[in-house]
Amino acid sequence: MTGPEVVTQRKAAVSVRGLTKTFGEGEYAVTALDAVEVDIRENEFFTLLGPSGCGKTTLLRLIAGFELPTHGVIALEGRDISALPPHRRPINTVFQSYALFPHMTVAENIGFGLRMLGKPAAEIRQTTERMLALVQLEAMAGRRTDQLSGGQQQRVALARALAPAPKVLLLDEPLAALDLKLRKNMQLELKSLQAETGITFVFVTHDQEEALTMSDRIAVMKSGRILQIGSPRDIYDRPTHRFVADFIGDINILDGTIESLDNGIASVRLKDGTAVLAQPGTATAARPGAASIAIRPENVRLAQAGETPTVSGTVENVVYFGAATNLHIRLATGEQMVIRNPGAVEEGRYRPGATIGAVLPPELIRVLE
Amino acid sequence: MADPATAVASPRSAPRRRRMVRDLKAMPGFTAMAWITIVALYLPIMVLVAFSFNENRSVVLWTGFSLDWYAKALENDGIRNAAWVSVKVALFATVISTIVATMAALATTRTRKFTGQGLVYGIINQPLMIPEIVTAIATLSLFALVKKLTGLNGIGYLMMAHAAFCIPFAYMPIRARLETMTLTLEQAAADLYAPPFKVFTLVTLPLLGPGIVSGAMLAFVVSLDDVIITLLIAGPGETTLPIYILGAIRRGITPEINAVSTILVAVSVLLVMLLFFVQRRMQR
Repeated sequence: MTGPEVVTQRKAAVSVRGLTKTFGEGEYAVTALDAVEVDIRENEFFTLLGPSGCGKTTLLRLIAGFELPTHGVIALEGRDISALPPHRRPINTVFQSYALFPHMTVAENIGFGLRMLGKPAAEIRQTTERMLALVQLEAMAGRRTDQLSGGQQQRVALARALAPAPKVLLLDEPLAALDLKLRKNMQLELKSLQAETGITFVFVTHDQEEALTMSDRIAVMKSGRILQIGSPRDIYDRPTHRFVADFIGDINILDGTIESLDNGIASVRLKDGTAVLAQPGTATAARPGAASIAIRPENVRLAQAGETPTVSGTVENVVYFGAATNLHIRLATGEQMVIRNPGAVEEGRYRPGATIGAVLPPELIRVLE
Repeated sequence: MADPATAVASPRSAPRRRRMVRDLKAMPGFTAMAWITIVALYLPIMVLVAFSFNENRSVVLWTGFSLDWYAKALENDGIRNAAWVSVKVALFATVISTIVATMAALATTRTRKFTGQGLVYGIINQPLMIPEIVTAIATLSLFALVKKLTGLNGIGYLMMAHAAFCIPFAYMPIRARLETMTLTLEQAAADLYAPPFKVFTLVTLPLLGPGIVSGAMLAFVVSLDDVIITLLIAGPGETTLPIYILGAIRRGITPEINAVSTILVAVSVLLVMLLFFVQRRMQR
């Protein structure tokens, strides 16, 4: 499937089986989740990634208990929790809007969960102090939440959700409201917090870069379905679906036809008749017939002197942006291809109109579903 | 081409709104209209207040300043009793109507949408839509029947009638407040292990507080000012202040009535100002 399993099999923290959620009734019914299956492992940083409306937030809300499934089961450490109300699930949420209680101080907010669990006052105070230190807000304990900056409110929300030491922490686009710099800092902070606490994080985002930076594993969602689950490397290097390949990073996609399959490697004929070898990610992708192949711009190489190019085309644009240079070429098939950092690019070496050959290493070409 | 007006006024788009407001003010007759409105609204009250300080017995002929009529009004047992009845009835009506209105507001905003929800709003707001005299006569007939069946008498009937028509006034600000409160805070509380009752007492109710206070104050003022229903329902010894004033006017207007009315206006204005203050605070 998506490469060898490197991580040793850990127990599933959250198991989702055949989970379907529809909103509305009759002809107005909208399917937000469609028979979703996923196992979120213990202590992992798991990300649900997808465009808005893909069902990622609905899945999170179902795990939290704010919505009840139409069909299917959600299990926490093997125990079916599908019918439990939110206050009886040992799962806490960091809301996108933070949802801090405006009539309580920072410390009262953080201690709320423990108070509801009936913990003794001394323990509540101790844990609250520890949490305040964890998110570096010791000085703010007595403040009202509306006196805090966005980043500080974010930390309070995080501390509040972590204080009761939940089995699973759900984070619903918690960084969306922060400015870029703060966001980058919080990404690293969240990641180290997760490692420190050992709590399973389920993180929802539509930002692919954020997902790649922070996650142990990513589930890419579209229209209520999970298309691919894998490590950031799996998702980036070995996308299985056209949507996944397109959604994450830049990629060149060429249309063709699978002619034969040999030892799991497909021979694909492009529109101009060129045959290339490529790796199908799934059984569906390996079916003979029309197919799309994909290769990252940084994996395309220019043909050396005397080397036979896989494809050739005409330079259309040279786009320089400091750390990298992109060469846009128009292939004989009529399709466009981008080559990133085509060897040492001296200024003015490739001019629009020049004909060049490119080499596509077969092991880096994927056949998409 | 760029909009010439914008280009001349300012390159930014922010002043656009301000300019529109200025334009409205510049329209012919704007100032005159404003003054007519202000005079129509406040001149009668100013006359009333002014003559409450008249030294003379007349309410049309000014002779000099005095506080005699206030002293007289405050010494008048009829007025004092009426004021006490008014306050008792208003307090009772406020408490009952605010509790009912709070429950109604929660039921109409914190539950799943149900068929006939529009009808429910209509039912709650009935006293706002049916002419008050009709409500008054209907209530009178019902109470007559109840009295006949039970033989019970007393001020309770008046209190119940007030509580009933105060409900929509208490309901409106509470519902408005609930609608601006997102469900997320309540969900956050539930997520942090608060069972439904704790969610209500620790999160919903404290946040709803300003709405409840506004609702209660509105109900109090409405009850305090009511004439028509009170006129029909009130029995002997249940004369409220507005009814007393009405009766006194029939015997001839004296500045004493002006003084009482001025006090009533002052109390209402004070409460409404307090209401605005509370609403300002809750918008924070």
